[in-house]
Amino acid sequence: MRELHVKEIENAVREMCISSNYNLPEDVYKKLSESKNTEESEIGRDILENIIKNADLAKENRVPICQDTGMATLFIELGQEVFLTGGDFEDAVNEGVRKGYEEGYLRKSIVRDPLLRDNTGDNTPAVIHLKIVPGDRVKIVVAPKGFGSENMSRIKMLKPSDGMKGVEDFVIQAVSEAGPNPCPPIFVGVGIGGTFEKVAETAKRALLRNVDDCNPDPSLAEMEKRLLLKINDLGIGPQGLGGRTTAIAVKVETYPTHIAGLPAAVAINCHATRHEERIL
Amino acid sequence: MRSIKKIEMPLTYEKVKGLKAGDMVEITGVIYTGRDSAHKRMVQALEKGDEMPFELEDSIIYYVGPAPAKPGAVIGSAGPTTSYRMDDLTIPLIETGLRGMIGKGTRSKKVIDSMVRHGAVYFAAIGGAGALIANSIKEAEVVAYGDLGTEAVRRLRVEGFPAVVAIDSYGGNIYDTEREKYKR
Ligand code: SF4
Repeated sequence: MRELHVKEIENAVREMCISSNYNLPEDVYKKLSESKNTEESEIGRDILENIIKNADLAKENRVPICQDTGMATLFIELGQEVFLTGGDFEDAVNEGVRKGYEEGYLRKSIVRDPLLRDNTGDNTPAVIHLKIVPGDRVKIVVAPKGFGSENMSRIKMLKPSDGMKGVEDFVIQAVSEAGPNPCPPIFVGVGIGGTFEKVAETAKRALLRNVDDCNPDPSLAEMEKRLLLKINDLGIGPQGLGGRTTAIAVKVETYPTHIAGLPAAVAINCHATRHEERIL
Repeated sequence: MRSIKKIEMPLTYEKVKGLKAGDMVEITGVIYTGRDSAHKRMVQALEKGDEMPFELEDSIIYYVGPAPAKPGAVIGSAGPTTSYRMDDLTIPLIETGLRGMIGKGTRSKKVIDSMVRHGAVYFAAIGGAGALIANSIKEAEVVAYGDLGTEAVRRLRVEGFPAVVAIDSYGGNIYDTEREKYKR
């Protein structure tokens, strides 16, 4: 058993809320820089250049890459041999979010009541996905996500007979309809299987993968490649103003499902795909 | 490199008519911010005949909810938000003289029809380039609905604010035409 004070979780969350909003992950940055060389559209190249300039500026001046610093979404893996002391776990996470968003001059975008829409003023509460895992460590991933892209994410309960083609058609349709809204070039996470809620989470988790990796299952790796080509053939381009760089990556993740179902989810993230990880 | 058209505020009908979809522009002068909640309030104010937070005639509304300014800065990151959410609430404003909008993403057919009828233009700024765009904002002051926080209406003085004419006052729309060119 290892004791861990919740204050350490709070501090890690606070720091990562700030740094993830200031610093674009290196793999994303590199991919965007490369795409500038292959983009055919002049407006598209100009936009990519400015997106990269913006990321440089944000890092240098320690300001958010995008004003939409998102709803703080956290994926936490808690080792079952960790004994948390000093207070409530969720309170500590939210306190970290509260302090991070205040101290980092990040935007407070959360409304308490989705219908009455009064701002909570401190960007809490966070959305927390918690998993208990073996070991005595705590892995925390902070992934702030803006709603320009979140609003374009989709879920569909397909029929088993729709198969892989059905899933691919659904993904292409979702990206095509999203058009310029999610700030392309986008990063696409696809979830297949599970249940209604599980598939959405699976798609979301796919967004945490490295731009350059591929699914270890060869047929899913092929599907990722095929989807990326098809998406870039839509012509949407950077910011939807036309071009060949609509997506920089497509990541597919699956989960076992029921004999009667084929749930599918498309989580769309913008070029400001932000996440940071720390192990305590 | 294509040339950049300089636009000085106020944005008159004549200036709008000289802009074509695809033109790169730099805007200088006073513009106002407004997004979801502010639009709702402005339209309610119009319906009730209440005073508007600013003179709509020949003005530009920038759809943005900026991040807080760091000490010594004019404003925090301030890139555009997605425009379609304002579509239904935009038409009464265009009818009252609003001449330009800055946002990201395409607009509904109804908004475009209204832009053509009244002579208005829609600019796209780069979504997610908020740190860069903030450099062109020289002054910022909340002028209405302060209780809305980031969604309050702000008066901005901008210099060389970079944007593209995405939809012009003739109905030309590069979201449609450019995408078509790169489709395979
Ligand atoms: S979609 Fe992403 S890049 Fe675009 S405004 Fe929202 S958070 Fe920023």
